[in-house]
Amino acid sequence: MTQRSSVLQAARRAPLAPRWPKKVASTLLTMAVTVLGLLFVTFMIGRVMPIDPVLAVIGERATQAQYDATFRELGLDKSLVSQFFIYVRDVLHWDFGTSIRTGQQVSTDIARVFPATLELATLGTLIGVIIGVPLGVVAAVYRGSWIDQTARVVGLVGYSMPIFWLGLMGLLIFYGILGWVAGPGRLGVFYQGVVPTVTGLMLIDTLLAGEWTIFKDAFSHIILPASLLGYFSLAYISRMTRSFMLEQLNAEYITTARVKGLSEWEVVWKHAFRNIRIQLITVIALAYANLLEGSVLTEIIFAWPGLGSYITTSLLSNDMNSVLGGTVVIGTIFVALNIFSDLLYRFFDPRAK
Amino acid sequence: MKMTDPSTLRAWLLAEAPTSRRQARASAWYVGWLNLRSNTLAMAGLIFLALLLLAAVFAPFLASHDPFAQDLGARLLAPGTDGHLFGTDSLGRDIYSRVLYGARISIYIVLLVALVAPLLGLIIGTVAGYAGGWLDVVLMRVTDIFLAFPRLILALAFVAALGAGIENAVLAISLTAWPPYARIARAETLTIRNSDFIHAIRLQGAGPVRIVMRHIWPLCISSLVIRVTLDMAGIILTAAGLGFLGLGAQPPSPEWGAMVSEGRKFILDHWWVATVPGLAIFSISLAFNLLGDGLRDVLDPKEGGA
Amino acid sequence: MKQFKSLGAAAVIAALMSSAALPAFAETPPNMLVIANRIDDIKTMDPAESFEFAGADVSRNVYQKLVNFDPLDLDAGYQPDIAESWEISEDGKTITFQIAEGNTFASGNPVTAKDAEFSLRRAVQLDKTPSFILTQFGFTPDNVEETIVATDDSTLTLVLDKQYAVSFVLNCLTATIGGIVDSETVMANEVDGDMGNEWLRTNTAGSGPYVLSSWKPNESVLLDLNPNYGGEKPAMERVIVQHIQESATQRLQLERGDIDVARNLSPEDVAGALEVDGVKIVDELRGRLMYWSANQKAEPLTDPKVIEALKLATDYEGMANSFLNGQYTVHQAFLPRTFLGALEDTPYSYDMDAAKAALAESGYADGFPLKISVRDAQERIDIAQSLQNTWGQLGIDVELIVGTGAQTLDRYRAREHDIYLGAWGPDYPDPNTNAGTFAYNPDNSDEAGATGLLAWRNAWGIPDMSEETLAAVVENDTEKRAEMYRAIQTEHQKISPFGVMFQQVEQHGLRENVENFVAGGATTAVSYWVITK
Repeated sequence: MTQRSSVLQAARRAPLAPRWPKKVASTLLTMAVTVLGLLFVTFMIGRVMPIDPVLAVIGERATQAQYDATFRELGLDKSLVSQFFIYVRDVLHWDFGTSIRTGQQVSTDIARVFPATLELATLGTLIGVIIGVPLGVVAAVYRGSWIDQTARVVGLVGYSMPIFWLGLMGLLIFYGILGWVAGPGRLGVFYQGVVPTVTGLMLIDTLLAGEWTIFKDAFSHIILPASLLGYFSLAYISRMTRSFMLEQLNAEYITTARVKGLSEWEVVWKHAFRNIRIQLITVIALAYANLLEGSVLTEIIFAWPGLGSYITTSLLSNDMNSVLGGTVVIGTIFVALNIFSDLLYRFFDPRAK
Repeated sequence: MKMTDPSTLRAWLLAEAPTSRRQARASAWYVGWLNLRSNTLAMAGLIFLALLLLAAVFAPFLASHDPFAQDLGARLLAPGTDGHLFGTDSLGRDIYSRVLYGARISIYIVLLVALVAPLLGLIIGTVAGYAGGWLDVVLMRVTDIFLAFPRLILALAFVAALGAGIENAVLAISLTAWPPYARIARAETLTIRNSDFIHAIRLQGAGPVRIVMRHIWPLCISSLVIRVTLDMAGIILTAAGLGFLGLGAQPPSPEWGAMVSEGRKFILDHWWVATVPGLAIFSISLAFNLLGDGLRDVLDPKEGGA
Repeated sequence: MKQFKSLGAAAVIAALMSSAALPAFAETPPNMLVIANRIDDIKTMDPAESFEFAGADVSRNVYQKLVNFDPLDLDAGYQPDIAESWEISEDGKTITFQIAEGNTFASGNPVTAKDAEFSLRRAVQLDKTPSFILTQFGFTPDNVEETIVATDDSTLTLVLDKQYAVSFVLNCLTATIGGIVDSETVMANEVDGDMGNEWLRTNTAGSGPYVLSSWKPNESVLLDLNPNYGGEKPAMERVIVQHIQESATQRLQLERGDIDVARNLSPEDVAGALEVDGVKIVDELRGRLMYWSANQKAEPLTDPKVIEALKLATDYEGMANSFLNGQYTVHQAFLPRTFLGALEDTPYSYDMDAAKAALAESGYADGFPLKISVRDAQERIDIAQSLQNTWGQLGIDVELIVGTGAQTLDRYRAREHDIYLGAWGPDYPDPNTNAGTFAYNPDNSDEAGATGLLAWRNAWGIPDMSEETLAAVVENDTEKRAEMYRAIQTEHQKISPFGVMFQQVEQHGLRENVENFVAGGATTAVSYWVITK
């Protein structure tokens, strides 16, 4: 829903003649303000919570003295305002505090888990694009045909599916019963720690190390969750592609092109499709941002050690530093991708020319 | 000019030249309804939702068992055994009856969110749009911030802060769902604000509060209603997701997401425990999507299908 | 063209997908043990700070202690480890340990009395959560210089504040906090006077059979052989513990031979796995108890007849034979079975008529509203729902308050619950670990703030029973001591607002060739070095 509205919004704001430097500056300012607001909201959620962060740190058996010591250690004796300023200052230095649950720096944790999410979301988006774009184009060209109807139903089903349930069923069928893919997790248990971490992306690291067997194992692990996520972005991407294409195909220049005797192939791909490329990129950027966020439930089901499951498990163990750190990172990327697609749209909207 | 025959409603509704504003509006709705009715999928969705509503209302009569009655001796029975249509769960409760009662919870959540979120958006959007100036800037900036948030994660954080529970889940979803409504309401307000009839009302001495509440709100409602219908499926899925994570309705209440989560443990040998409530979530959100899709066709033929 | 390109890419993906359907490994490498377990509770590897189950599993295999349990004979109690012998002074307050030769840290440094002195002093001075296990003998950060002293490289003396049962003291030294660290290596990694705490959170410096090679929180723990280990070389040269949350996943991996050990199988998955060739299930009684307790600040719960009714209206067998099947056994006293002085009587059984009769005698025959506070773990929620059901039949209107661990605990410590449903695991393998919390609360005032005591949390003031508990700690005749605990428990079962229900049985799913997998019984943690396959 957010996706749709953003594009509509972008479309609604009439694009002005691009004045690059000024635009970029104001966009950056917008982004800074938004991120600051994001920090504020997350901070307030974290601090106003009716849960004692100290207890979450020291557990059931601690004495009052240990409690007080930790209370001071966490800086909770300071005023809320100064706590917020300290928090913002630390975040600017890439310091989100220590995780209660893992006992490590939240920034270290995030650096460790983020590549997993990135890899999953990237592959998911890739699958969504590879299948969704052609599907959308074909559906638009053969509007009303069975292909169009199928695409529509496939899309609607995608929008309606509880992802946690689909993931569960996928695991049951493809792993539990058929044994086609590997189970939850990123890698077979005894492959742990064999491949040196270079990029953090398992598929790339295994190839860099020349470990073809481990690559296949990693691929076998990622393909099911990535396909599921891919399906969700496919639903969105194909729908938007179709609607962009319809707009183009109804345009006058297409009629002109047809009259000139160009083949249908050329009309569709050389003219119409070329004109929607920029719009498509903005849509894909939004789809990507949504997968980064939307992978939360998928990661839980597939025991995928990414940022989504990190945030959720932290939340369930009241580890607020980790939750806030993770939220800020995802939020910032989300904001950046949104603004990026917004900018792109404003500068390159064919209607602006 | 054709004569309209007031005795047949249909003719009145389809009149080419409506004689009153009321008739014009009713006519527009009716034509829309006719369009919608010709859309098989949308009608299927609508009928399904109607049936679901009836099922929820008459759950006590339709249920075969008490949805809360435990029987530890008859747990994890397969569908069809001993009069349990969809089998039993890990505490021996009848899944069919639980799913039926679960529909009440889903409808309850959807209705509450559909009330709270648009209302919040309406207030913020109209105030921003009508007041303009710095208030507009501030409110819209806040809206942007919330719009930029990853929604599920924000909802998660809110529920964690407020405590798990169905009302808090509703509140959390509403808190993350209002920004698009605020934008729509603001856009509507901006177009209405400078219209002649508002000027006229203002000249009659009406204050801003009265103008916003009495004259601007009613005009924003219809676009909000449409948007809400389109968002219903998303609301249901978010609520189920929260339930799945244990942050929604609390046990023993038969919330579908929580039921899937419970059934997860038994997925290998007792697949039905997680499958049935999952299918229920899927069906209701598919029904809303079909209906919403049909509505979109009616309202915006460009984006639509055949 | 573009279409062809994407079709090509789809074909590549399809090809990869079919090649992804690899045959599973028939078995794991012979010198490697692969375990699936829930290890998301590990926060630190520092023995002075570590206080979680999965952390204790690592610590036991990495650090030696003064005295320790023999994994193949846990019933024998503590045995010499780094200390080869010990003597007690006549007043019973000084214990002198003779440190054995031939133990070596992974760094190559020999293990001396100085390391033991450093480790125990450090644990007291750092004052982390588990430090009470040592400080209950009177050690404080200020007096450790005098009370924990290595007189030479092979002699360590501990001076206690008064006489205690020797078994009590030595049992406490087998806990994780008694782990002996390499003083030289640790101090070389000190930062800002933290005595190496930061470094030891993610590294180990022990003399045990293994060293920690890698720990990825919530993902995996990797242990490799300690090249300088003084004992016999273990058969398993590498141990991988992978965090797998779901029982179903653990089972599938076990059935396929991807792992050797699955430690969190649900009753249903145990039943399923039993039917598979090459898999065996081994039961082991653990120390964790499942109990409910009634806050004595909540009005109807102060009525002994109400408590009696609740205890009678609990479906012990029904739960133990259904959703807890095989994983919990009915147990109604606060000392787990196999502990010194454990009481095996189960005076309460599910009896609705007796429960109704008891409630009728109380002042609340018509029932009352009641809240059960429980954390968001499935088996506890199941138990809570069963209680809600059976207590509901008494006319009690039960509401479940489900929260995260910290939320639930927060209310509990603030004495704001009605009924708390929870689990309790012993902190060290001595009866006082549970007696000192279930049956000890000398000052019940709010000001006392004894949040560590379960009796205090439930506002249950018991000056007399507290005296008895204290007396049992200093009794040096072991048989007499056991008898004292049994007497306290019999009384406790009768009058306390605690409804102890179950004791945990861990059902390990093992590949058939895995031998000697011992998770540590009720007293200690897992021992990888004796495992063969």
